Amino acid sequence: MDQQTLRNILHHREFQKMARQKALLGWGFSAVIFFMYVVYIWIIGSSPELLKIPVSPEGITTWGIYAGIFVIVFSFITTGIYVKIANGKFDKMTQDVVQAVQENHHE
Amino acid sequence: MNKTKWFAALSLFAAHGWAYADAISGEVTKQPLNIPAIVMFFLFVGFTLGITVWASKKNKSTKDYYTAGGGISGFQNGLAIAGDYMSAASFLGISAMVFSNGYDGLIYSTGFLVGWPIVLFLIAERLRNLGKFTFSDVAAYRLQQTPVRLFAASGSILVVIFYLIAQMVGAGKLIQLLFGMDYIYAVVLVGFLMVCYVLFGGMLATTWVQIIKAVMLLSGASFMAFVILKNAGFSPETMFRQAVDIHEKGVDILGPGSLVQNPIDALSLGLALMFGTAGLPHILMRFFTVPDAKEARKSVFVATGFIGYFYLLTFVIGFGAIIFVTKDNPHFFTQMVKEGKTVFEMIGGTNMAAIHLSEALGGNLFLGFISAVAFATILAVVAGLALSGASAVSHDIYSSVIRKGKATQHEEMRVSKATTLALGVLAVLFGVMFEKQNVAFMVGLAFSIAASANFPILMLSMFWKGLTTRGAVVGGFTGLILAVGLIVLGPTVWVKVLGHEHAIFPYANPAIFSIPAAFIISWLVSVLDKSARGKEDKAGFESQYVRSMTGIGASQASDH
Repeated sequence: MDQQTLRNILHHREFQKMARQKALLGWGFSAVIFFMYVVYIWIIGSSPELLKIPVSPEGITTWGIYAGIFVIVFSFITTGIYVKIANGKFDKMTQDVVQAVQENHHE
Repeated sequence: MNKTKWFAALSLFAAHGWAYADAISGEVTKQPLNIPAIVMFFLFVGFTLGITVWASKKNKSTKDYYTAGGGISGFQNGLAIAGDYMSAASFLGISAMVFSNGYDGLIYSTGFLVGWPIVLFLIAERLRNLGKFTFSDVAAYRLQQTPVRLFAASGSILVVIFYLIAQMVGAGKLIQLLFGMDYIYAVVLVGFLMVCYVLFGGMLATTWVQIIKAVMLLSGASFMAFVILKNAGFSPETMFRQAVDIHEKGVDILGPGSLVQNPIDALSLGLALMFGTAGLPHILMRFFTVPDAKEARKSVFVATGFIGYFYLLTFVIGFGAIIFVTKDNPHFFTQMVKEGKTVFEMIGGTNMAAIHLSEALGGNLFLGFISAVAFATILAVVAGLALSGASAVSHDIYSSVIRKGKATQHEEMRVSKATTLALGVLAVLFGVMFEKQNVAFMVGLAFSIAASANFPILMLSMFWKGLTTRGAVVGGFTGLILAVGLIVLGPTVWVKVLGHEHAIFPYANPAIFSIPAAFIISWLVSVLDKSARGKEDKAGFESQYVRSMTGIGASQASDH
């Protein structure tokens, strides 16, 4: 990639917008997963008895089991949302920018 | 154990045991030689060797060899990642942990899973857009090749070797037990097949071995979970009740138990599992097998789905083992007298809980199937490891460092194949050497190194403009040395393996210290680095950034 193409892409407003949104989504989702997991682990380490409480008074299935399954299912759902947005909207924006820059370059 | 004792054990617990007689259907005589298992195992080996022959004809360039020509689809790669990641340790180990302690198994599962979203959000697409064959390609992208590649290759090779030792010893013991084969033959067989797949079939054969294994493991585990839940009237609540009634720890198995002692250790383990996934070289390598970033992302989504589903199944399987693999059944437990007390020991150790369960649920034929699956699982994981180790030696050390990028494809492949052979021999030797050792800590060690050395440098090189060569190498080695050193000085090795009274480092897992240390030292050294090379390193960031975001130049780069 030559320097001119590089500059043009880097300073393209759509590219900057896409990069900002992608960073926000990627780091935001990472933070959500990270904090969810740290809170879960912290409860296990500091007050495990909280997770031994049954969900319904008649049953024995505990909050801990729901919490663990939630961590797994939630992780899967967030990857799905991210892939949908990144493979759709972000990739489209990126392609548009690359195309626009390369067309300008050829003129 | 002699016949009278067998009989005594049987009659003592007969009343209790017959309650589950309908579930334990068919002939369940345990033989030293398990014929269905051997037949199914040969079917698997024959089929995968056939694929290897097919793949060997398609392998012409280094790109074919290391990355299957980049022609694997996102879905296929997702399945292969799942096949690479769901090791025998997680299938047998986690279900065994649930069997013994209940809930604690789920803590491991969640830790192994939450790394995947992080891989997707922060790593997968940039890695695909920047790299060619190994993650070192990315770490060294704009930095000075020789020192950074030497560091990244050391990190990769150490992770591969520790992981490999754990797999080999596990494989040897498992096969010894399942097929009635001597430990040494079992280890040699695993080493031999691993070398065959990788040497002749490269990444293409390895990928298909992993895909087939993933499908076999997922269907076998699904069937087991289905039968367990059916037995409980498809009510998890009923299943938990059945298990609590039988388990000696009672209702305690439905909450966190003894696995986690304090918040620091818990968090440290969690961080190692979470970020270790994002630094495992054989996993990162899989992202170069897909054509573009789009497919790379898709593959993580697919992999997370299958892996998450699999961990939910192992949880059910663990509870199923509590319900069906009961002490009164002499197929599963031997009774012995220790210090005047009668104790029961599971045949083959508690790691065999899932295997015994397969016999209880589906008879001898299903036992054979699950045994073959367990074996296939080990083969798929060691093949991925060997390929990753071989590429670190041939692509990073030989081609980039020794030959400064001037090696031909032919020469690089030759080194790669020689390394594969050497790794096969090493794996067998280590397998024999560590036969009597407890190697469980080695998987933890591999994850800790991956999390503390590979992951921080990969992240900084992709996201932080200010990283310099000096910062990456000093910071990376700091993480690596701390991870290894603190594990050796900690309770797992210093007390349990070396037999000292007290651990010098109090925590079982160093990640909570070694990960930040690697980041902070890299940052500090980079900031203080005023060298000319440092300026060059920083200047290279912009073009790397644009390529990592757009993929421009990525496909061309992987063609030469």
